[in-house]
Amino acid sequence: MTSARSADHPVYLDHAATTPMVPAAVRAMTDIFTTVGNASSLHGSGRAARRRIEEARESIAADLGARPSEVIFTSGGTESDNLAVKGIFWARRDADPDRVRILASSVEHHAVLDAVEWLEKHEGAQVTWLPVDELGRVSPQTLRDELAVHADETALVTIMWANNEVGTIMPITELAAVAAEFGVPMHSDAVQAVTHIPVDFAASGLSALSIAAHKVGGPQGVGALLLGRQVPCVPLLHGGGHERDLRSGTPDTAGVVGMAAALRDTTADLDSRATELTVLRDRLIERVGETVPDAVLNGPLGSARLPGNAHFTFPGCEGDSLLMLLDAAGIECSTGSACTAGVARPSHVLTAMGVDSATARGSLRFSFGHTSTVADVDAVIAALPQVVERARAAGLAGVGARGGDR
Amino acid sequence: MRVLAAMSGGVDSAVAAARAVAAGHDVVGVHLALSAEPGTLRTGSRGCCSKEDAGDARRAADVLGIPFYVWDFADRFKEDVIDDFVASYAAGETPNPCLRCNEKIKFAALADRAIALGFDAVATGHYAQLENGVLRRAVDADKDQSYVLGVLTAEQLSRAMFPVGDTPKDRIREEAADRGLAVANKPDSHDICFIPSGDTRAFLGARIGVRPGSVVDADSGEVLAEHEGVHGFTIGQRKGLGVQGPAADGQPRYVTSIEPDTGTVRVGSARNLEVHAITADRAVWTSGSTPTGPLECTVQVRAHGGLAEAVAEAVDGGISISLREPLTGVAKGQAVVLYRTDPAGDIVLGSGTISGTDARPNTQ
Repeated sequence: MTSARSADHPVYLDHAATTPMVPAAVRAMTDIFTTVGNASSLHGSGRAARRRIEEARESIAADLGARPSEVIFTSGGTESDNLAVKGIFWARRDADPDRVRILASSVEHHAVLDAVEWLEKHEGAQVTWLPVDELGRVSPQTLRDELAVHADETALVTIMWANNEVGTIMPITELAAVAAEFGVPMHSDAVQAVTHIPVDFAASGLSALSIAAHKVGGPQGVGALLLGRQVPCVPLLHGGGHERDLRSGTPDTAGVVGMAAALRDTTADLDSRATELTVLRDRLIERVGETVPDAVLNGPLGSARLPGNAHFTFPGCEGDSLLMLLDAAGIECSTGSACTAGVARPSHVLTAMGVDSATARGSLRFSFGHTSTVADVDAVIAALPQVVERARAAGLAGVGARGGDR
Repeated sequence: MRVLAAMSGGVDSAVAAARAVAAGHDVVGVHLALSAEPGTLRTGSRGCCSKEDAGDARRAADVLGIPFYVWDFADRFKEDVIDDFVASYAAGETPNPCLRCNEKIKFAALADRAIALGFDAVATGHYAQLENGVLRRAVDADKDQSYVLGVLTAEQLSRAMFPVGDTPKDRIREEAADRGLAVANKPDSHDICFIPSGDTRAFLGARIGVRPGSVVDADSGEVLAEHEGVHGFTIGQRKGLGVQGPAADGQPRYVTSIEPDTGTVRVGSARNLEVHAITADRAVWTSGSTPTGPLECTVQVRAHGGLAEAVAEAVDGGISISLREPLTGVAKGQAVVLYRTDPAGDIVLGSGTISGTDARPNTQ
């Protein structure tokens, strides 16, 4: 465990978990922190807060191809996903009690997955988990086949735009077109897609789309649901109806302003930034292939993959061990997904892609963002051979060999 | 040294980690997730790896300023500890899962991984003293856990550290408070960690099912009751026998033998429980070398109590033990741990798994 770490400057390759705030967002929020005003108040300070929020709403709408009235501010991606999945399910079932089916991809983030499972357990939802191919994609034909049978009883379809673990980009426009053809609303968790690939809500044909500020250079604790004006939805939170009667709670003025500033900043030069990230990503993929020849890249190559995502399986290694050794060497990445207790479990995404659960345990995700450099890639490559060798020895010691048997 | 501190979320392992840090070691904290069901994690139920326990361990690591990770050993734990626990009960034995966890998980799977990853030792919050390969009872006799460590081999002990064994428990709590550890007043855990309800019989019933048999009078052979499986009984058990009315002699009845093949549970008076000789298999000699000839020692046959002077002898990978005074409540599947009396703390000589008992002294 040689440590190349400077404790203050680790090599941060976990931008898909959260990415540093962009300076524009920090400035915008700092300005707000020195002001007072509840957007619901009727006096001048209240009006000023309301104005900032509405300007942020308009800015976000413009950057994502939505109408301002379609932007519902929330506390983040998880709330947006829950509001869309539960809210649309309830509203559609209320209108027609036979509509209790949810079609969801089998690789959703837990914010969608757990919400769907909750509805299944507590609200009588019937769930169809849409299978994915070995690269993690739902095919439009699969969705078409399901809707051909179940459209009348389906409350909603939910398929993420880009996968948080393996970076697979879904054919979302084609999928949304299929859902629209059958008259079924479709939600997409676009938390990982926004600012990395072009996202245009109107052009996508989606009914609902979730975003989170902290994945795009904004603050943690704020997000938005883009919700088509004609899409029925029941609120999760009651108490004032601040956001189009769909979400109550005093809006986080600084948060939404910071989110708007970050989105403006990062969508403006999306193409050039995506190109830069793709260069880093492909360099890492190439160099990992050279230094650890049996490493397996999960998910697609090229433009079908998020520009900043590289996800590998290292056969014979435990992801836990890899992560700890890299952390000790000052390199911060992820085993793919972490539950709240911090336990790495075989990823449902990988198993849905056909990877066996033992292999799935040896996975690592490196995700690049706006502060990443070529030096970060080179630091990973410098550390990786020794780390993998050690983790492999530990993997065999801890899992394969039967220590203590007599 | 590079030390991996196994942190359960309790006060003992937190202070053990703190002492390793204070001793100048390079310490990393690891909490073992042992629950096979992710649901129990999410619902935060009590147990060996509830969210709260993992969180407490994490906060202790924060206070100590050491890196902290949660490692998933659920599969190994199920295979080596829970399945073994269930199979042992189904076979009419009384297993000790903590001991098995030490033997197979903490000082095997975990330690193996730790060593491979570059650590030199695993530190835990067990109450026992270990120096130069000599394992002794803890200073705090009430908290002594040398019994559940008696299964460890010399090699396993060579990479273990028990930093709290030289201190009474109440001092450990004070030290935790002094060090700013929030777990200073966290209650001790007593339950079997994977049976948070504490209802062992229900846990076993759900896994073994109903295997009916009879409760039989050990002397007369009379059938006194029917039962749903031998896993509901342990040697020396007095309550929950399902037997109506008192024994003919008016004395309480105890389980005196369990015969898993026929499902027969024999009950008798206290004198039927007396054991004068014990045979054990799976012998471990703590020093690493098998003794030749008889060994004067004190044996302990369960986690608390059950002590007797004895003469032990290594026999074919097992141990033959003649007790100088009879013991009661000696159950197959429990460990018998051998100690040599020593003023600095009794020294663990070795252990075996009890495979047989005899009401008559060994004729050696």
